[in-house]
Amino acid sequence: MSDTSAAFVRTEPVPPSPPPSSAMGPVKWAKDNLFSTPFYIFLTFFATYVIYLILSNTLPWMLKGVWTTSSLAECREVLDGVSGGCFSILTERWNQLLFGFKYPADQYWRPALTFLFFFAAAAPVLFFKMPRKFLMFTGIFPFVAYYLIWGGSIWTPILVLVGLVFGYWVYRLLVSKSFAAGFFGGIVTAIIIWAVGDSLISDKANVGVFLQAVPSRDLGGFMLNMMLGVVCVSLSVPLGIALALGRQSNMPLIKWICVVFIEFIRGVPLITLLFVASVMLAYFFPPGTTTDLFLRVVIMITVFSGAYIAEVIRGGLAALPSGQYEAADSLGLDYAQAMRLIILPQALKISIPGIVNVAVGLFKDTTLVSVISMFDLIGMIRGPILAATEWNGVYWELLGFAAILFFVVCYGISQYSQWLERQLATDHQ
Amino acid sequence: MKKSVLFGALTVAGLTAGVAAAGTLDDVKARGKLNCGVTTGLVGFAAPDANGEWKGFDVAVCRAVAAAVLGDATAVEFVPTTGKTRFTALASGEIDMLARNTTWTFSRDVDLKFTFVGVNYYDGQGFMVPKALGVSSAKDLDGATVCIQTGTTTELNLADFFRSNNISYEPVPIETNAEAQQQYLSEACDVYTTDASGLASTRATFEAPDDHMLLPEIISKEPLGPLVRHGDNEWGDVVRWTLNALITAEELGVTSANMAEMGAGTNNPEINRLLGTEGTLGEMLGLNADWAMQALSVAGNYGEIFEQNIGESTPIGLARGLNAQWTDGGLLYSPPFR
Repeated sequence: MSDTSAAFVRTEPVPPSPPPSSAMGPVKWAKDNLFSTPFYIFLTFFATYVIYLILSNTLPWMLKGVWTTSSLAECREVLDGVSGGCFSILTERWNQLLFGFKYPADQYWRPALTFLFFFAAAAPVLFFKMPRKFLMFTGIFPFVAYYLIWGGSIWTPILVLVGLVFGYWVYRLLVSKSFAAGFFGGIVTAIIIWAVGDSLISDKANVGVFLQAVPSRDLGGFMLNMMLGVVCVSLSVPLGIALALGRQSNMPLIKWICVVFIEFIRGVPLITLLFVASVMLAYFFPPGTTTDLFLRVVIMITVFSGAYIAEVIRGGLAALPSGQYEAADSLGLDYAQAMRLIILPQALKISIPGIVNVAVGLFKDTTLVSVISMFDLIGMIRGPILAATEWNGVYWELLGFAAILFFVVCYGISQYSQWLERQLATDHQ
Repeated sequence: MKKSVLFGALTVAGLTAGVAAAGTLDDVKARGKLNCGVTTGLVGFAAPDANGEWKGFDVAVCRAVAAAVLGDATAVEFVPTTGKTRFTALASGEIDMLARNTTWTFSRDVDLKFTFVGVNYYDGQGFMVPKALGVSSAKDLDGATVCIQTGTTTELNLADFFRSNNISYEPVPIETNAEAQQQYLSEACDVYTTDASGLASTRATFEAPDDHMLLPEIISKEPLGPLVRHGDNEWGDVVRWTLNALITAEELGVTSANMAEMGAGTNNPEINRLLGTEGTLGEMLGLNADWAMQALSVAGNYGEIFEQNIGESTPIGLARGLNAQWTDGGLLYSPPFR
């Protein structure tokens, strides 16, 4: 048995041979997706032709672009009739596009540093798996950012911070007795501290300080869009939550205040609100004592997007089955606990796409401030840069640059929200 | 957080309007800075350069006033205003004067309660056409498509002109000058109409400016000038006579080159009165005796300012035309310094 060899018996299966080349890899993919039917074949060729048309016009324009001249006329001389972009304007005016034309050039590091800090501050909020300790930095960031961008007396941001800390402390002390006492006690404490502190800071505090003071009017460029976008989004989400909850409240007064507020603000165009902020308010204040224009615009944009976010969140609240509310009640949770632990986490999760939608829209709406003579990115392009004698007539290069900047930010926001939705997907039922 | 903000919110607007109107000259002196409203950007008239310095024809008026009042041409806070915000900025006291190529009209003077102190540029609405179109007069434009900025006086002027000449046209409404440029060059319209100075500067930016021409007809009067609020005549006088000083200096041949020499005294008593070596004109205005010297030392007289910013040596290339001295057949005519 041992040496009489039996007939051939396979001891292992035949290794699979690779599929024929026509059924794998890019060939198969192309066959399935691009050339499967005559109609698809037509579409493929047509699309290729369109792409070729676009690229054959734009690529030479970009590659032959001029980067080093000092005026449009010189650009045209260098190009000598060849189609090419005049990107020299970007190399000459990049600082004005990013920071506005009045921000002191030797201080550009301040907004740049704030921009870096912003990522560090936003990270623990955006990525909740990061250690919670980093939230400390997020809490201080607004004050650091204010000091870095506006400069001047360091005591102003410190005073605001101290007021808030003491207000919170009083709130914690009193809230166990009654929420209202804690809430109003905290606010009153903060206001007292600010009033006392304000009288201590003399008007000369801005003289000879470490960081030169920069008035709001000198801010501009893409920096202004970023600042308005970040500040207004982060303020309007809490405002929107409060308004949405207020609108669902059983207390008629609160409910009607919220309803009227939301409906009124949503019924008015943003540009009207901005005009009110810049023009009408000037009539109500005596000359020279107006509130800061930047602050007025922030308030108006926040109020506007807050009203929209409130409606988005109301949609999320309405989508929750009433069983969730009843479950919270049956566990004996009070209103605040039920909202914080059961309702809002679910409602906000449903609302994420809507909130992100509003946030992206808001970020682009910040360019509207150019109509009230604030020099954001678009304001810089439409006003000072195109009005420069040597650059009048350059459009594609400038607006393309603005489009790229806005696209990067908006696409980033959208990608983040999709990631967040995947993270939070817990499959209902 | 300043307490004044709190008080400001409590103060009635009507009550403060009276306070604001009194003594702009003293306010400016106390502040050490002139708040001057300019456009957010108009080629040749006002625009910040690569270093953020404001330059231009209207800007020069602001600087001259600052130099006359404060002796320092850089003591100006330029407040950019749009067509929509300019009048409220002036009325609310946010700016002391407005030098923003603003047309002097009846309703702005009377109804909006501003005082136009003079004219620093005589403009008028004109037409630009491609030479290939083969017209030589606006009256040949029957049936043409016309690019026109909406919501401006130019729109109304155009309608009037075509109706009174019994010819028809098809308007192509556009929003900004930049848009107009694109539409016109892509031949969406045969004709572009706006202020003649704007047409000239737009044409200067074309790749082939010689293929386009301005038609001889000017169909409207657009006297552009600086303005101040009603009710503060002392301040109005300061701005008015600073502008007149620039114009008179050109008429009398006082330039930035020979000013130092003439400032020592000349045989011409009017030059002496202007430059403050004779008489007390400065004192009457509440300014120093050398106020006009200071204003002129910024960028020279009217003619020099014109040449530097919008004249024929610049890419904009405007001829003096109506803006020549009355002695040269233009409309510039300053009252005498006496």
